[in-house]
Amino acid sequence: MINYLAIKAIYFHEMNRTKRTILQSIISPILSTSLYFIIFGSAIGSRIKEIDGVTYGMFIVPGLLMLNLLTQSVSNGSFSTYFPKFNGTIFELQAAPVSGLEMIVGFVGATATKSILLGSLIILTASFFIDLNILHPFLMIFFLLMTAITFSLFGFVIGLWADNFEKLSLIPLIVITPLVFLGGSFYSINMLPEIWQKISLLNPVLYLVSGFKYSFYEISDVSIWTSIITIILILFILIVITLLIFKKGYNLRS
Amino acid sequence: MFKNYIQLKQVSKIYKNKFTALKNVDLNIQKGEIFALLGPNGAGKSTLINVLCGLTYHSKGSIIINGMNLSENRKKIKSMIGLVPQELHLEAFETVLDNINYSRGLWGKHKDDNHILDLLKKLNLDDKKNNLLMQLSGGMKRRVLIAKALSHNPTILFLDEPSAGVDIELRKEMWEIIYALKKEGVTIILTTHYIEEAEEIADRVAFINNGKIILVEDKKVLLNKLGNNKLVFTLRKSFQKVPSLLNKYPHRINRKKSTIEFFLSKDKSEVSDILLSFKKSKTQYLEFNIEKRSLESIFVDYIKKEK
Repeated sequence: MINYLAIKAIYFHEMNRTKRTILQSIISPILSTSLYFIIFGSAIGSRIKEIDGVTYGMFIVPGLLMLNLLTQSVSNGSFSTYFPKFNGTIFELQAAPVSGLEMIVGFVGATATKSILLGSLIILTASFFIDLNILHPFLMIFFLLMTAITFSLFGFVIGLWADNFEKLSLIPLIVITPLVFLGGSFYSINMLPEIWQKISLLNPVLYLVSGFKYSFYEISDVSIWTSIITIILILFILIVITLLIFKKGYNLRS
Repeated sequence: MFKNYIQLKQVSKIYKNKFTALKNVDLNIQKGEIFALLGPNGAGKSTLINVLCGLTYHSKGSIIINGMNLSENRKKIKSMIGLVPQELHLEAFETVLDNINYSRGLWGKHKDDNHILDLLKKLNLDDKKNNLLMQLSGGMKRRVLIAKALSHNPTILFLDEPSAGVDIELRKEMWEIIYALKKEGVTIILTTHYIEEAEEIADRVAFINNGKIILVEDKKVLLNKLGNNKLVFTLRKSFQKVPSLLNKYPHRINRKKSTIEFFLSKDKSEVSDILLSFKKSKTQYLEFNIEKRSLESIFVDYIKKEK
């Protein structure tokens, strides 16, 4: 029998933590996004030619959204799992009648909610700086949800793996951020030399950014279906990894 | 109803680094009893509790709780258990009420502020319900941990060193809480360093050393069987060597206090012989008393025998 009340307890416990750290969780990413729009959208962007028929300010919206979604989902997801290990309260989760799946739903659900909230606020912020027109809103919502869930789950896995704070920030800093920047967030890969275009195709984040761009302006670096399949595939792989971790009790039970 | 509410058969716990923390443990715990696990540091007390609470998996043997095999019914069994850990691990920035309600939710129970407030009242914490956990003293945090463990009305309560770092007043308050829970039918298993705690509240005690259970006995029977009384002489001068006439009686010397204790049988028939031996051996003493032998001395003897 599924312990729904435990899922609810974990979910609201995590959401309460967000309330307590609202500056770090919500205000700070919105502030940095606004700075991006001021600097790249208005100051520098006004001197850059249109890319694929959209102004530079508009062009960077999906990329900025993706940058924040990915980094915040991974950071919040990893922190929410690692923190109980760090402060010792993990014993309660281990002793409670809560399955691995229920834990995932509670923790990842809360992290994904924060990311979705953040994503929505970033879109709202963007609308103050540019004339935002989303051509495929449902597709955009699909990518927003899938990216938030997938990378919150990725964060959850990192939180289980990490045994110190350095490891916790290692992946978001040296893997996620470079992948987003090199994934066509602030440029089209068509602007790169051919060899770099081919290398860029190895970057999974490119497919997500491209999917997002398509949902906003019908412009993309790869086919929209490739983007959809990629995000579903990444989510599937992460679910399998997480369930295996719980089955083996890795870093949770000895 | 199962007479042996918790049954362990040949349970072993071997860690990845090959360290054997529990060795073929056989144990039966009855419903509604207070069972104390005594042992030195590293004896395996906490490992045994962690195995029973599902914090770690046992490597060999079987554990049956309320007729259910732990390996096959982990979730069901966990829902019956409350655990008060040894360390004061709590979320620092949460209020007492929220944190206890969180525990209740984890165990699949609806939020119930009235139930939690009742618990807090029993634990003298009702005026702290809206305080952040970081604002509480160590003793209060310990009581919050007890409230968390009781928030879902468990039928089995594990207390891992409940009195560690707690002053005598609070310790006695805790004993009262434990008695009250026993009256409600809760089975209580506790580990403790304080032998007087086990002596005071336990129905049965187990001695554990090097991962092995070396003795399980009803506390009263144990105290009775192993000599409930001792004859304590305060000597004028400490012994260099115990006179041969006295040496034949089981005894223990405390050189610092200049005392010698003789362990007496139930009928205390040796008293007159010992007194006579003192006279014959011309050993001088200031006074003598008949005292109760503590669980501690029995425990120390057992550990010595094991070594």
